[in-house]
Amino acid sequence: MIRVENLSKKIGETQILDSINFQINDGEILGFLGPNGAGKTTTMKIITGFWTPSSGNIFVDEKNVIENSLEIRSKLGYLPENVPLYDEMKVYEYLKFIAEIRGIAKEKIKDSIKSVVNSCGLEKVIKKPIEELSKGYRQRVGLAQSIIHKSDIIVLDEPTTGLDPNQIIEIRNLIKEIGKDKTVIFSTHILSEVQATCDRVVIINNGRITGQGTPSELMQAAGSRETVYVKIRGPKEIIKEKLKEIEEIMEIMEKDREADDIFGYEIQPQTGADVREKLSMIVMQNNWSILEFSRKSASMEDVFRELTK
Amino acid sequence: MEKGYLNKIYILFKKELMGYFNSPIAYIFIGAFLVVLNWLFFNSFFIIGQADMRNYFILLPWMFLFLIPAITMRSWAEEKKSGTIEFLLTLPITDWQAVLAKFLGALAFLGITLLLTLTIPFTIASLGNTDAGPIIGSYLGALFMGAAYLSLGLFISSLTKNQIIAFVAAVAACFVFFFVGNDFIVATSPQVLAPFLKFLGIGAHFDNIARGVIDTKDVIYYISFVWLFLWINKEIVALRK
Repeated sequence: MIRVENLSKKIGETQILDSINFQINDGEILGFLGPNGAGKTTTMKIITGFWTPSSGNIFVDEKNVIENSLEIRSKLGYLPENVPLYDEMKVYEYLKFIAEIRGIAKEKIKDSIKSVVNSCGLEKVIKKPIEELSKGYRQRVGLAQSIIHKSDIIVLDEPTTGLDPNQIIEIRNLIKEIGKDKTVIFSTHILSEVQATCDRVVIINNGRITGQGTPSELMQAAGSRETVYVKIRGPKEIIKEKLKEIEEIMEIMEKDREADDIFGYEIQPQTGADVREKLSMIVMQNNWSILEFSRKSASMEDVFRELTK
Repeated sequence: MEKGYLNKIYILFKKELMGYFNSPIAYIFIGAFLVVLNWLFFNSFFIIGQADMRNYFILLPWMFLFLIPAITMRSWAEEKKSGTIEFLLTLPITDWQAVLAKFLGALAFLGITLLLTLTIPFTIASLGNTDAGPIIGSYLGALFMGAAYLSLGLFISSLTKNQIIAFVAAVAACFVFFFVGNDFIVATSPQVLAPFLKFLGIGAHFDNIARGVIDTKDVIYYISFVWLFLWINKEIVALRK
């Protein structure tokens, strides 16, 4: 379990992280979502021990990452943003170096390499220098490197950036596969990725956590922001007044105007309330007419936009 | 010391050394160094007509001024530029281990280069009677001096992302330390500073060793010099945090 407590980081005058708190449970795939510059990379750099926080703590299995940096680093696999690898090395040389420096016993090194080459699909490129690999393969080498020592926790910083759609799906599947028996934390600003891959999401913006939960929880929470759009022919003022009488309607906004007596309204109902029938009843009772009707429920995009405003 | 401390340094060291030989720059510099060194030396050697290596060891410090920055320029600058530094320093290793491995890798590379220059003493030995003692002493001195330059060059490489800047700045810095103990500088400086400058200069200590005199004072000088700059290097690396 990883517990982030009141974590702050200030570089110069810029407050990059402002007292953030969250938790990652064992065996979970956690999506770390936020716009560029929100503080995702910074948080990851602190978890992995590359940076130290200005204040606050991170505990991995109840051990402080600052005080037990080496021990925790040895349990961790990390793939930094943009996949920095030693380009002049061959894939095999590179993995061997990682296996050795990660302290894998000599007689097990071959098997470890075989196993990650297998699970990351690197058989074809094993003898190639890393600089000759396509982006997709680079990413796989990066992932292989992060799991070779049977790490418990994998930290991936934007692992799908710059890949084509097919590669994205491959890498995503690979992450899911890895996540079956490991704790994975990965950052992204791609929303569909979160829905497709994560057990839980933490949304960060401007150095603060603005939302967290499972993807469906977040959608539900945002579902309260469902809106109804309706275009009615009839006298504007009276319509507004009458509609306000419906209990479940919280807000009515004039959205657009088609003709002198045709207006579009945006209606914000109470959480979970269905106002459609009441709405049409009132319109019929008054001999107005509905020209258009639509209901917009929140998507992951809305959740994101709402929480990162 | 934690068990396996040295082993980790050794693994990183192997990676560093391999890094030198995986890059064409290394071969180009070794090649150029050997060609220029041999040419400059044998050019005057046949004119003087003595089976003597003194001129060679006068030449060597000057050649080092360019060879060593070329060896060290990539070291940290490249890791910073490509971002691999983030990956390297989040491995379960200490900053010291990383710094030491880089230094030892560079030193080994320098050692290999020096081995390739052994053709010169062997050629001379075949031409006339030479005294092996001073030559061995001078090679040892060259290694010490090289180690000092390397630590300086590595420190400078850790300050920048740009290899060219690292190279030029290291040449300048090495030159300053080489020159500061020079007779000309010492003679024209204030009396109080003279012994200090004499002690500080890398070149003066090399002259002693090159004469075949291995004085503990010189050895201590070189070791402290190396240690000081490696320590600063480590502190610079830790500043990222």
